[in-house]
Amino acid sequence: MTIQLNGLQVELPESVRNVEDLLKHYQLEGRIVIIELNHEIADKSKYTELSIADGDKVEMIHFVGGG
Amino acid sequence: MNTSRYSRQELFPPIGAAGQAKLKDARVLVVGAGALGTSSAEMLVRAGVGHVTMVDRDYVEWSNLQRQQLYTETDVKNKLPKAIAAQNRLMEVNSEVEITGIVLDVNGTNVEELVQNHHLILDAADNFETRLIVNDAAVQYGIPFVFGACVASYGMTFPMIPGKTPCLHCLINHLPSQNQTCDTVGVISPIVQLVTAYQVTSALKILTGNEITPSLQSFDIWKNEQAEINVSALKNKDCPTCGSNPTYPFLAYENQTKAAVLCGRNTVQIRPGLEREISLQQLAQRLKELGSEVVLNPYLVSCTFEDFRLVFFKDGRALIHGTSDTGQARAIYNRIIG
Ligand SMILES: [Zn+2]
Repeated sequence: MTIQLNGLQVELPESVRNVEDLLKHYQLEGRIVIIELNHEIADKSKYTELSIADGDKVEMIHFVGGG
Repeated sequence: MNTSRYSRQELFPPIGAAGQAKLKDARVLVVGAGALGTSSAEMLVRAGVGHVTMVDRDYVEWSNLQRQQLYTETDVKNKLPKAIAAQNRLMEVNSEVEITGIVLDVNGTNVEELVQNHHLILDAADNFETRLIVNDAAVQYGIPFVFGACVASYGMTFPMIPGKTPCLHCLINHLPSQNQTCDTVGVISPIVQLVTAYQVTSALKILTGNEITPSLQSFDIWKNEQAEINVSALKNKDCPTCGSNPTYPFLAYENQTKAAVLCGRNTVQIRPGLEREISLQQLAQRLKELGSEVVLNPYLVSCTFEDFRLVFFKDGRALIHGTSDTGQARAIYNRIIG
């Protein structure tokens, strides 16, 4: 499927079905991340329940510590 | 044509002469005098912010010169503390404003004294713990805190206004178990400049009484990608820092990372105050990529780093061999773990 991620069109493999899968796909598990799915901030405790569909608009921001 | 020092900034209507007068009376604290700190401080000083305080625990090294814009080769040769080298350069840039450089390892016990008497704090730290400590003090004293961070070609920013926006603790509810730092994945100068451009713009807006939006923003300047999330909904009424019964946990002594010199061993032990499990395998992998000699077993990772030998344990504890300076040991720890 194709979603809009951080303003860019990206193609995701079949295996990505929910927000948790998306984090794994981008190797962001264990990191601090804030995700907005179709203009609503995703609840961290519901990442496996929140499914991702073709055409979804996702903003995903991970925290870094450098400076 | 007006040729006065701040004429171009006063011509910009949202600031104007009235805004410029506000900047002159403003006192801003910059936490960290690395890449972000030197860039932000130079903009603030050139903009005529009346008093800029810079605090940093480190000294200038060759690997800083690629992006830390206030420093020169002479500063490296003289091993000058960053706070002092930055102060010297900023005083040359603008002799009309006051600049104070403080050589200090910011922690939960000294941060309150540091932030008092400032109207705004700019984040230029190199680790999460310092940011959460400063966030606690900023909320406690009602001082806006403009968060900024970067590694590689990626950076982020968020303007925290006590009582209005969520605080950093609302957004980050624990110290991350894995982290990338400028010492493990590198950093390029343009992302530093992009992050500070946003941070200083937020600072100018706040100091001159203009409105800001509570947006968390991120950018990858190499991939030409950016994201923005309005995080108002994440303001947590039970937040231990900005909620209805604040305890300011990062200011508490027992929660702070402790550094102790091990007697007669030229070694410092670093022990995180808050639980912080690290993945030894991932850490070992990254250290190998840096060309370090690494030994990994189920209990620890041991490696060489510059002139030091480092040992990391699963619970986040570390031994830094080759120094008895706790400040230097903390700095090395943060450069690797973040
Ligand atoms: Zn909070």
